[in-house]
Amino acid sequence: MKINISKIIIFSFVIFFLFVFWQGLKKNNSYDTKNLIGSKISSFQLPDINNNEQYISEEKLKKNKYTLINFFASWCAPCRVEHKYLLSLSRKSKKIKIIGVNFKDKKNNAISFLEELGNPYYFVGKDLDGKASILFGIYGIPESILVDNELTIIKKIVGPIDQSQYEEILKLIK
Amino acid sequence: MLSNIGIGLIISVLILSFLTIYSASLDLETSSQTIKKSIYKLSLFQTTFTILSFLTLIIGFLNSDFSLVNVYENSHTEKPFFYKIAGTWGNHEGSLLLWINILVIFSYLFLVFNHTHAKKFRLYTLIFQNILILGFLFFLLLNSNPFSPIYPTPPEGLGLNPILQDPALAIHPPLLYVGFVGCSIYFSAAMASLLSNYGGKLFAQSIKTWVKISWCFQTLGIIVGSIWAYYELGWGGFWFWDPVENASLLPWFAITALMHSLIVLEKRNTLYPWVIILCLSTFILSVIGTFLVRSGILNSVHTFASDPSRGVYILLFLSLMIFSALTIFFMKHKKENYNFNLKSKETFILANNWFMAFFLVTVLIGILYPIFLDVLTNTKISVGPPFFNIVIIPLVVPFMILMAIGPKFNWIKSQNKISYKIIFSILCAIGINLFIFYFFGEYSLLSNLIFIAAIFLILHSFLDIKKNISKKNRYKLPRIISHLGFGLLVFFIGINHQFSLEEDFNLKVGEIKKTDNYEINFQDIKIKESKNYKAVIGNFKLTNLKKNLVEYLEPEIRIYSNPETLTYEAAIKTKITSDFYLTMSNVSRSDYYNIKFQKKPFMVWIWVSALMITFGGFMQLSLKKNED
Repeated sequence: MKINISKIIIFSFVIFFLFVFWQGLKKNNSYDTKNLIGSKISSFQLPDINNNEQYISEEKLKKNKYTLINFFASWCAPCRVEHKYLLSLSRKSKKIKIIGVNFKDKKNNAISFLEELGNPYYFVGKDLDGKASILFGIYGIPESILVDNELTIIKKIVGPIDQSQYEEILKLIK
Repeated sequence: MLSNIGIGLIISVLILSFLTIYSASLDLETSSQTIKKSIYKLSLFQTTFTILSFLTLIIGFLNSDFSLVNVYENSHTEKPFFYKIAGTWGNHEGSLLLWINILVIFSYLFLVFNHTHAKKFRLYTLIFQNILILGFLFFLLLNSNPFSPIYPTPPEGLGLNPILQDPALAIHPPLLYVGFVGCSIYFSAAMASLLSNYGGKLFAQSIKTWVKISWCFQTLGIIVGSIWAYYELGWGGFWFWDPVENASLLPWFAITALMHSLIVLEKRNTLYPWVIILCLSTFILSVIGTFLVRSGILNSVHTFASDPSRGVYILLFLSLMIFSALTIFFMKHKKENYNFNLKSKETFILANNWFMAFFLVTVLIGILYPIFLDVLTNTKISVGPPFFNIVIIPLVVPFMILMAIGPKFNWIKSQNKISYKIIFSILCAIGINLFIFYFFGEYSLLSNLIFIAAIFLILHSFLDIKKNISKKNRYKLPRIISHLGFGLLVFFIGINHQFSLEEDFNLKVGEIKKTDNYEINFQDIKIKESKNYKAVIGNFKLTNLKKNLVEYLEPEIRIYSNPETLTYEAAIKTKITSDFYLTMSNVSRSDYYNIKFQKKPFMVWIWVSALMITFGGFMQLSLKKNED
């Protein structure tokens, strides 16, 4: 039988494509918030919103007992809603430090957002194109990830933090 | 009760599908030249039952029959009448039923309207179309049944996402579905054509109208979606290169290429294999788009919540479609020799196809690359607007120039001619561009080229219109109008992009903000109660300080009750020369509101020119004879 190379190439190409789609479907499950709890956050590096020279990376988080990584933007209305809980977390507890990741935003808008509502963050990293946030498995904002000093994810909150989640965070870091 | 009726109807459609396939295959063997009457009857029954099942679901939504899970999850008694109907296709299950309706209706219409074509070709088309119908029926029954009952019946529904309660979004899905699912009929016809050796000119004639219909609806659907995004999402943009939007562009590029190369097949009886590939890939790309959007595989910020089991089914179906299409294509296709003269119409149409293929591949890579990278290397990235802008925009320049001069050439061979019209249009285009550049503001070299090419296409099209109207030749007008629309679209998008103004600030009631040319006065605020939401309406007075013109803008913050959601309705004042766009959002625990003010020049003209492209298509459908 004559073997036609171009046909074989096309068929293998299609099979590869479909295989990747299929794998992609399975992958999708890892987006489930519950699966992420207990796993470690991957390494990252984020520049400071005001100063490109300064960075924060996962190594620095090890110094904090607990860190809450909060993804926000000035254009995001629910972020305004949860902001008061972030402020009172930073005031109430010394054990927890909050990092803000400014997601797909403009620098000036983000700064005026924080001037207006108060700044609960000890570091504000910028993620103007949203790439770093995808690394964290963020699919919409606001989202928050609570990690301990070993970088293990203890809790992940999709959507704005509300009263009950706020209390749960306080319980977790006791 | 409704649940039983609905499921009963769907099962009848399923049985009718099997019967159609069975009797069509029997009829293939007979020597008679005409298709048996009983097959027409089966197809008509199938269409009636399908439409009835859809009406049943609509009745479920209208009566707020919460014994159906689908109605319970997506409707609410207090929803306005119009959105109860629109809610039918505003969710996965209902839209799948609409999808099946279009498959079935197109199947019947193709059977009835193509009676002059060969029997074998029509029967094979019917068989393939019914195989597609069966695939989707099984998907509906096994995985996404809109008629699933819920017991005990809940007293109240969960409501439709308020962001979807918008007239534009109510008609957006049906338009897109007619466009995307309409492609199925020439997918089936292409398979039938390969199997029954019914190629060339006749094949082109049999699918021509169907290609145009689905092209028109696809284009219109994409435009309506874009208008919705502009009014509803409140970001002031109209195209975000979001994966979901991009997925809708894929089949559009393929179908636009198909529509053009079909002319070559009809007039010159060549390019048959290429036309078949385009027919097959248009529908395959539609299904890929559906797969990407519905399975949740895409890393998009606004993909609908989705369920991977749907993805597995669509993927299985997709694989079957691709493999059977490839196998039949490789078995049956014959090599063609091409001998095109460089200066001929067919060469230019082929050039169009290459551009379309390039745009398609670019967008496809933009969509697939993040998925591949995630699966193969575990890295998550997002491909954003810069990629598409860098790759696609420079190529739009030669594309527009070819759009103007390509149609001038004759079939087979043309004389070497540079008409005065081309020189005149180019010189004028350069002149107008210089004028804009010096008097309104500077921009990059690439933008200069874009403007020149767009203005060239516009002027050239106007001269064409003038010539054809004086000759009383209507048949070229649809093409010229669509090409003119494209030129205008690029031109206005360019202007809009270069000369937009955006301000972002916080204001309290009674405060005034001054920018270079405008004064924005936040006069007061009022509360309005509406049937399904409560609205906080801001009252803004906008004064143009230079011209002393006053406008009033009233942006809203809506608090929907079912489900409880906040939406921000932009206040948009549309003027012939520009849109004023103002959104307001509340700042918690303070009297301040965050205001985003934008001036977007020629916004309405972007819609007009995009609609003009579609209008050309509909006009061509209405003309009996087409351009030679």
